[in-house]
Amino acid sequence: MSEMPHQEPNYMAVFWWLLVLTILEIAVIYVPIVRIAVVILLVAMAISKATLVALYFMHLKFEKRTLAIIALSPFVLCVFLILMLTPDIFPR
Amino acid sequence: MSEAAAVMHIGAEPQETPLTPESSGKLGMWLFLAGDAMSFGCLIVGYGILRHASKDWPVPSHILGINLTAFMTFLLIVSSVWMVLSLSAIQKGDKARFKKFLGLVILGGLTFLGCQAYEWTHLITEVLPEHHLSFSKDLFATTFFVLTGFHGMHVTGGVIYNSCILNAVSRGRYEAKHVEIAGLYWHFVDLVWILIFTFVYLL
Repeated sequence: MSEMPHQEPNYMAVFWWLLVLTILEIAVIYVPIVRIAVVILLVAMAISKATLVALYFMHLKFEKRTLAIIALSPFVLCVFLILMLTPDIFPR
Repeated sequence: MSEAAAVMHIGAEPQETPLTPESSGKLGMWLFLAGDAMSFGCLIVGYGILRHASKDWPVPSHILGINLTAFMTFLLIVSSVWMVLSLSAIQKGDKARFKKFLGLVILGGLTFLGCQAYEWTHLITEVLPEHHLSFSKDLFATTFFVLTGFHGMHVTGGVIYNSCILNAVSRGRYEAKHVEIAGLYWHFVDLVWILIFTFVYLL
């Protein structure tokens, strides 16, 4: 069994990034800009934070690529679900 | 085969998987998390569709307390850092440091649950009646409690899981690879909260 298969990432740097992004997210909702810009900014920052956690804390960056594909499979389901439900939210 | 050898054979790891050569349990946890992410994904997409289709959805930040949940978000992020530090400690064989950090992770999880219990009580008894909203009649309240409740159950499970790991490693029955698998679960709980915090509280 290999105990240390890769060099340990700089966990504290990841922590500071997550903290800064969280503060920015809270700040964004009080900034008087158009709603769509707020939505795009918030979604982009949330996805960045989730990606940081998966890549560095869950070590996905250092795993085999197939494992990353398994990890991403739920997003395919979510996209399908959105596409299938979208006709329902437009008035007929 | 001698009795000792037979015991060794039973206790040995099954054939390693090509995806996670260091332990098959890790692949198992990833598969479980992918399934679990599908559950959370369906709930979040369902929430988004319902909200988009509603004409009078309240602004979440007017009803839900952002300060407390910002603190809860901070708590989960810090506990994720403690989790990687405890894994790093046990990989280097430093059991005392491992116990300290995993203990902090468990404490962080319990504090999170305490905050959530306080938040729910406050919402149900004071805030929701003030806004003429109710848990059973309004989609805003229902989707909120389903999403945060499902996540809260995961945190509860994580606290129990981490406590078992702390106990088993302290007794010498588990080692670093088991801590890594528990860590994957805990980071996933953190990752989902990051999404819930954005989609349910901030957006």
